[in-house]
Amino acid sequence: MTRDVCAPMEGKPTWMWWAALAVSTAAMLVGAAAVTYQVSTGIGTWGLNRTVGWAFDITNFVFWIGIGHAGTLISAILFLFRQRWRTAVNRSAEAMTLFAVMCAGIFPIIHMGRPWLAFFVIPYWNTRGPLWVNFRSPLVWDFFAISTYFLISAVFWYIGLIPDLATIRDREKPGLRKTVFGILSFGWNGSFRTWHHYELVYLLLAGLATPLVLSVHSIVSTDFATSVIPGWHTTIFPPYFVAGAIFSGFAMVLTLMIIVRKVMRLENYLTMRHIDAMCKLVIATSGIVAIAYATEFFTAMYSANAYEQFVFMNRALGPMNWAYWIMVGCNVITPQFLWFKKIRSNLVAVFILTIFVNIGMWFERFVIIVTSLHRDFLPSSWALYAPTPIEIATLIGSFGLFFTAFLIFCRVLPVIAMGEVKGVLTFGRRAKGATK
Amino acid sequence: MSNRYVVSLFENEHDLLEAVRTARERKFTIVDVHTPYAVHGLDAAMGARPSWMSWACAAFGLTGVTTMMAFQYWAAAVDWPVNVGGKPWNSIPAYVPVTFEAMVFAAGLGMVLTFFLACRLYPGRRARVPDPRVTDDRFAIVLEEADAAFDLDDVRRLFGRLGAVEVREHVSEVAP
Repeated sequence: MTRDVCAPMEGKPTWMWWAALAVSTAAMLVGAAAVTYQVSTGIGTWGLNRTVGWAFDITNFVFWIGIGHAGTLISAILFLFRQRWRTAVNRSAEAMTLFAVMCAGIFPIIHMGRPWLAFFVIPYWNTRGPLWVNFRSPLVWDFFAISTYFLISAVFWYIGLIPDLATIRDREKPGLRKTVFGILSFGWNGSFRTWHHYELVYLLLAGLATPLVLSVHSIVSTDFATSVIPGWHTTIFPPYFVAGAIFSGFAMVLTLMIIVRKVMRLENYLTMRHIDAMCKLVIATSGIVAIAYATEFFTAMYSANAYEQFVFMNRALGPMNWAYWIMVGCNVITPQFLWFKKIRSNLVAVFILTIFVNIGMWFERFVIIVTSLHRDFLPSSWALYAPTPIEIATLIGSFGLFFTAFLIFCRVLPVIAMGEVKGVLTFGRRAKGATK
Repeated sequence: MSNRYVVSLFENEHDLLEAVRTARERKFTIVDVHTPYAVHGLDAAMGARPSWMSWACAAFGLTGVTTMMAFQYWAAAVDWPVNVGGKPWNSIPAYVPVTFEAMVFAAGLGMVLTFFLACRLYPGRRARVPDPRVTDDRFAIVLEEADAAFDLDDVRRLFGRLGAVEVREHVSEVAP
């Protein structure tokens, strides 16, 4: 078991890994070039206008934050619910969370236009009074939520990694790798006393991460919900955003899992049963998202508020209706194919469907942001929005960053939580007669 | 304190638990038990008290809540009151999200640092493992030869019967 998981880290990488790394690094460099140009020239390089003040950038931000949610959900919430199958997927899902939150964090910072002043959101003792940040602003809440989320996820991930790093340390022959893993494993020796505290610490971190993950996207949704823009100003937003985030996150975990199990030859650990369970969660969350779309529409129609009604009719039938129907098609209609066991057991089909979900969830954020803004209260200021190549390159770059980080993670760290999987395997138990 | 230790290796958790129970019945001094994963039932077999990490978590969490609430109140209502849309200076409901995040932040990081300190885990610490395989697939019990009544052959026989795959003596100043 240890050998199987460590194999991809100890052997030479395959050509597929190199090819994937080359593509994702290239994408990352395209993004870096775009961001450099944008920062040195100004936000004018984007397609924003007076009416549509938020568009591509914030869409990407919310999209990535949403992707990150499944990681913590799998590791924390499924841990609390004692879903033992999670042990195979939690490590890579947590890593995915970290990288997704990194990608997400870039967008609000570059959106500031002067990213070198980003530290102004920290309430520090400054020379402007000291003038403190406005703690009533959801944008400030967001800063606290996302930085806490990133740190707690990182700690949770690392705490889970320590026993595995020790396993690798003790497998290695003396040399640089042994020294590095020795430092990283903090002197872990599998002592009973350490495990005794460790189990409770892990449980409590999971308990803390669970409300945290729900709070993060709820707070992101208040960026919209506390405004008075029709289409944004709704109380349904926090649960709607959280459900959407989990939906998109699960889809992304599935996409990555299908690739990882193939490339890393971990079919015995990331089994069809895991994929089946994840598919079922995708159907469930797709249902929640569908109900949220319907509720939003119903509330608008029932509100007797002409602006609210107009925004929703405009979303479905206006000039940007293609985005709305991509969203509905990818998030509500195509996931329904997963009801069939035949499709759930067909990896190619699942892969394609999860890609559709990812596209659909990106468009959901685009629809919420852009269609709510582009036709505001004054028809004279109605405008359309189209992204510039710089914005598209930045999005591509964020995918590049995400996949580069993930590929490197797969190479240098164990993608499966060995210490946890061993606990649910049968090798250590005589009763099952397992031979190891 | 003796400087003679006995390291017994087992292949599965069932044998280990049995051996721990027997060792405790026979009043052997168990220095430590090393396992590759958290073995359920070992806490009870060792007679360990519940971990006190939950208290550390609660204490840090409460510190986070009170500090952040007090700071926001002080910053927005005392030090530099700013009129934002006519909202009261002391808008406690609006301070809840940041206070919540501060609680999670303080409780999580504080507890983990306490755990590292309590278990003396830090980067660069040399791991003292009785056998390199205990982080892979072996379960080890380390006994101290505490007094003259300790009979190594007896332990060897006893643990051999309970499924030990290896029992060896270890002589050093510090426990392995």
